Amino acid sequence: MNAKKWDHVATGIIYALVAAVVFILIAILGYILFNGVPNISWHFLTSPAQSFSAGGGIRDQLFNSLYLLVLTIIVSLPIGLGAGIYLSEYAAENWFTDLIRTSVEVLSSLPSVVVGLFGYLLFVIKLNLGFSILSGAIALTFFNLPLLTRNIEESLRSVPNLQREAGMSLGLSNWKTTTKIVLPAALPGILTGLILSAGRIFGEAAALIYTAGQSAPTVDYTNWNIFSATSFLNPMRPAETLAVHIWKVNTESVTPDAALISSASSAVLIIVILIFNLGARFLGNKLYKKITATK
Amino acid sequence: MKEYNLNDSYITNIPERKALTTKDLQVYYGDNHAIFDANLDFPRYKITALIGASGCGKSTFLRCLNRMNDKVAKVDGEIMYRNVNINDPKINVYEVRQHIGMVFQRPNPFAKSIQENITFALKNAGIKDKTELEKRLEQSLKGAALWDEVKDDLNKSALALSGGQQQRLCIARSIAMHPDILLLDEPASALDPISTSKIEETLQELKKDYSIIIVTHNLQQASRISDYTAFLHLGHVIEYNSTANVFTNPKIQTTEDYVSGNFG
Repeated sequence: MNAKKWDHVATGIIYALVAAVVFILIAILGYILFNGVPNISWHFLTSPAQSFSAGGGIRDQLFNSLYLLVLTIIVSLPIGLGAGIYLSEYAAENWFTDLIRTSVEVLSSLPSVVVGLFGYLLFVIKLNLGFSILSGAIALTFFNLPLLTRNIEESLRSVPNLQREAGMSLGLSNWKTTTKIVLPAALPGILTGLILSAGRIFGEAAALIYTAGQSAPTVDYTNWNIFSATSFLNPMRPAETLAVHIWKVNTESVTPDAALISSASSAVLIIVILIFNLGARFLGNKLYKKITATK
Repeated sequence: MKEYNLNDSYITNIPERKALTTKDLQVYYGDNHAIFDANLDFPRYKITALIGASGCGKSTFLRCLNRMNDKVAKVDGEIMYRNVNINDPKINVYEVRQHIGMVFQRPNPFAKSIQENITFALKNAGIKDKTELEKRLEQSLKGAALWDEVKDDLNKSALALSGGQQQRLCIARSIAMHPDILLLDEPASALDPISTSKIEETLQELKKDYSIIIVTHNLQQASRISDYTAFLHLGHVIEYNSTANVFTNPKIQTTEDYVSGNFG
């Protein structure tokens, strides 16, 4: 066969592989949404879960997931930002920096259930934090930090060196150049990475079963005192998240409508993550335009 | 390649006041000795060109002059500016760079608006007064011959400008700091001929107020715009003289071969 024919064959194979990927994705998404969306109702989203009778909702689980996400980002973003800036802007190219990078990579491939058990032993038992949103948020920080750090480092690195030289040549310090020139230019990439990692956090279950716990105590959504045991903002209370709820409903639930709850919860989870993904793109573009003043 | 005697050199003494002087400047990249004993006096309010083949060290030399080689290379020797050795480790490099500005080979405006490109470093240097900032904005853009083209679009992104406009914006950004000396590293090599001639015209105006040192690999450009020319070869300054002398009456065989195109 000649080169042209081979090219046709290769192109065909590549198209077939892409089609397979797209098909699998659409099949899974379609299955979950098709089964779940008809079961989602306002009542389902706003009422508490029931242990024994039908008609329970996911109000607390949905809130717990979002609250945990916010806390995790509050804990992990400053650390990830600091580490990313160090690795990209300050670290010398030597064995020590390589060691840090390797450690970060190893940490990122840690199975989440291992992170969960580690969090259980250290935070829940040893540090006496109990099954709590805080334990969960710290465990998720461990789980999230490697990818977040890597993403921030890569976003900063993708800013051309010419920009740094421009800043330096105008008498700006290394820190000013990093924070005022490089960081803004990298912000859209950082934001996209952050929101995508938020999707991962939102869908995580294994790391939370042993840290944030599997119970969702009834909380008072009008109690804004975060130190009060019944407050919805109290970070020391156990908090079953949506993903954990799906796992639990499928394994040990005795409610008669378990299948319905599970499918609807899965659909809600997927929809929220889809919103994160689309939102990431939209916000990233918008922010880039605003910062660079391109209309 | 023809062997030239690198120790055969001719360095003139300039009659003008000096803006910058280097004494026995050596540059090392690791074990690689890149610049050997550079002793040069740069005159005030003149354009001095640094010429030489690729890899001769002219950009390396230029980047030493405002300490842009810190952390990249080891620089020994003295760089005297207003009777201070600015190559001293105790010197505040950020302040040095406010006095000795630099424009790079490829235009590198910030991803900000045209206005912010100029005012950002000024604000950082402590200039907060609005009228002063506006004055500097207009002055510097006029100085770089860009004002008429952008005065209605000051809030537009600098990235939307053409390459030549971006480079003039970078020049404006440097002169807005009111430096003494302007270092230019092949500022026109990435530009088309029309933009190049605009930059060259701009430099002729700027030399009334600034001492300019320019690296160029374009010999015609050096002979068109500069008052003095230094020719570097393999890290050695071979000849330094008035531009007319370097191009029409070189003292050293190496220089003559280079400017007449019989090099190598």
